[in-house]
Amino acid sequence: MKKYKLSISRIINNIILILFSLSCVLPFFLLIAISLSNETDINSFGYKLFPVKLDFTAYSYIFKNPDGLINAYEVTIFITVAATVLSLLVMSLVAYPLSRQNFRFKKSLSFYIFFTMLFSGGLVPSYILNTQYLHLSDNILVYIVPSLVSAWYIIIIRTFFKEIPAALIESAQLDGAGEFRILFTIVLPLSKPVLATVALLTALGKWNDWYNSLLYITDEKLYTLQYLLQRILMDLQLLKDNMVNMPGSAADSMIMDIPGESLRMAMAVLAAGPMIFVFPFFQKYFVRGLTVGSVKG
Amino acid sequence: MKQQSIFAEIKTSKTLRNKHKLNKRDIEFFLMIAPAVLLLLLFNYIPMTGLVLAFKNYRVADGIFGSKFVGLKNFMFFFQSNDAWRITRNTVGLNLMFIFINVTFAVLFALMLYDIKSRLVTKVYQTSMILPHFFSWIIVSYMLYALLNPRLGIINNTFAQFKDYNWYGKPTLWPIILAVVYVWKTAGIDLVIYYAGLMGVNHEFFEAAELDGANKFQKIWYISLPSILPLIMIMTILKFGGIFRADFGMFYSLPMNSTLLYPVTDVIDTYIFRALKNVGDIGMSTAIGLFQSLVGLVMIITVNKIAGKIEPDNTLF
Repeated sequence: MKKYKLSISRIINNIILILFSLSCVLPFFLLIAISLSNETDINSFGYKLFPVKLDFTAYSYIFKNPDGLINAYEVTIFITVAATVLSLLVMSLVAYPLSRQNFRFKKSLSFYIFFTMLFSGGLVPSYILNTQYLHLSDNILVYIVPSLVSAWYIIIIRTFFKEIPAALIESAQLDGAGEFRILFTIVLPLSKPVLATVALLTALGKWNDWYNSLLYITDEKLYTLQYLLQRILMDLQLLKDNMVNMPGSAADSMIMDIPGESLRMAMAVLAAGPMIFVFPFFQKYFVRGLTVGSVKG
Repeated sequence: MKQQSIFAEIKTSKTLRNKHKLNKRDIEFFLMIAPAVLLLLLFNYIPMTGLVLAFKNYRVADGIFGSKFVGLKNFMFFFQSNDAWRITRNTVGLNLMFIFINVTFAVLFALMLYDIKSRLVTKVYQTSMILPHFFSWIIVSYMLYALLNPRLGIINNTFAQFKDYNWYGKPTLWPIILAVVYVWKTAGIDLVIYYAGLMGVNHEFFEAAELDGANKFQKIWYISLPSILPLIMIMTILKFGGIFRADFGMFYSLPMNSTLLYPVTDVIDTYIFRALKNVGDIGMSTAIGLFQSLVGLVMIITVNKIAGKIEPDNTLF
């Protein structure tokens, strides 16, 4: 190993990388800082990366009326878990025959799956199908069922399954194991890395889903976290109404006092924070997702 | 004699049937593929038949197949409007810019990162840079809003010349703002591919170059870049395949739905969305969707052909 030289170019390198890294990390700290600022300070000094003085009013408001946030958390956790588990099951089931040499319809099934990546009916026909024929509007299933199967993830899983030595599968067959048994007791346990990759990619997509809410959901009880945030960003009044459960003029005067700016950011921090600190721990799986699929088969 | 031939016939038909008869394994395979096949049929193939709506004047009461056939009227209406050029230009133009800047920065950062030998430091940089990949566009919109809020934003309060400057009403600036945000969100995850490519380069090349007295830039220019060039080309070409599809979340939420910004931020996907949800023009929005899908298909096939010419192993199909 050569001695580490600190040349000028290397210093410049580090400075640029530090600046870019900071630009990636700081915006979220900015949201935290605003959520901890006093509303009058915000109004007189603007947003600040370091609060003029710490103020937890925004959080105390949310914890007094947490129903909207808790509800959105429940919906989001439910759809993330359900969709990830079901997706993984359905996609592993179809990827396994595709990875086997002796499956008769391998070619035609591959094309059937792959074609959905090349061409689609677009938004409108799907929208009409889901709303008018399947009645999925304001139904939690709309988050889960229509997007269970992804051609791309099937290809990733199938490519991994193919690497499993055929001898293992043949010896299980000689012992009289059926295909389901082989899949669940031999293939899947050996495929944990790819299953983790696909599970995390699916989970991230579901956790950040708000498009389906935007299209299909009007019932506030079925909002996902991101959609709740989107509504609050566009319309601060919605948030204020959410915080006050009183009718008439009493509510009006209370709404005036609500620290809207910091409250909005506090919602963003509480809704996005926890997962943002979880996903980076699984970095290597996301990176694998980028590279593993690029092998054609 | 006759009996014999009948016997033979039975025998052949039996072997024939055996060949076509499903054994236990086939049945198991069918059960395995059934859920995915049915889901794709329902949610991907059946909607394709709905594309006939592009040629119809849709009315809910008449249903999809009962509605009146109007030929290419929906397409004519769209292509004769100013919107067609505006949204196609925005979609393709912005995507081209995004691809170019994203590749440039991802490669640049990968080269810089490769130059840093400490594993711990590299890891810290990588983890921070990958972070934006995990934010939803909604959270990114909050961050952008915290910077650009006309009255309270960080930029507006830090720089005197931007005091009370309404960013959300200045269309000319938005292509740049969008490009910066796009690079910020994607460079960190994309550089990983190029970094992995650089890690695969044989070290002896660099050592030999050093013996010959090559400086750092010569090493980058003559060794590092040429070795990841195929990777760069393939990544770029594959991105070209999706040039007709815009990232809906980005274009819908970053500009905060400011109508003043539509001239530069309205793309095919947001336009279809509004034509469907706000205007309710089913025929035309289906027509635009079909236009987008068809051009997208042609793009992917072309791009795949080109990729195959450069590096046969790197085609999609």
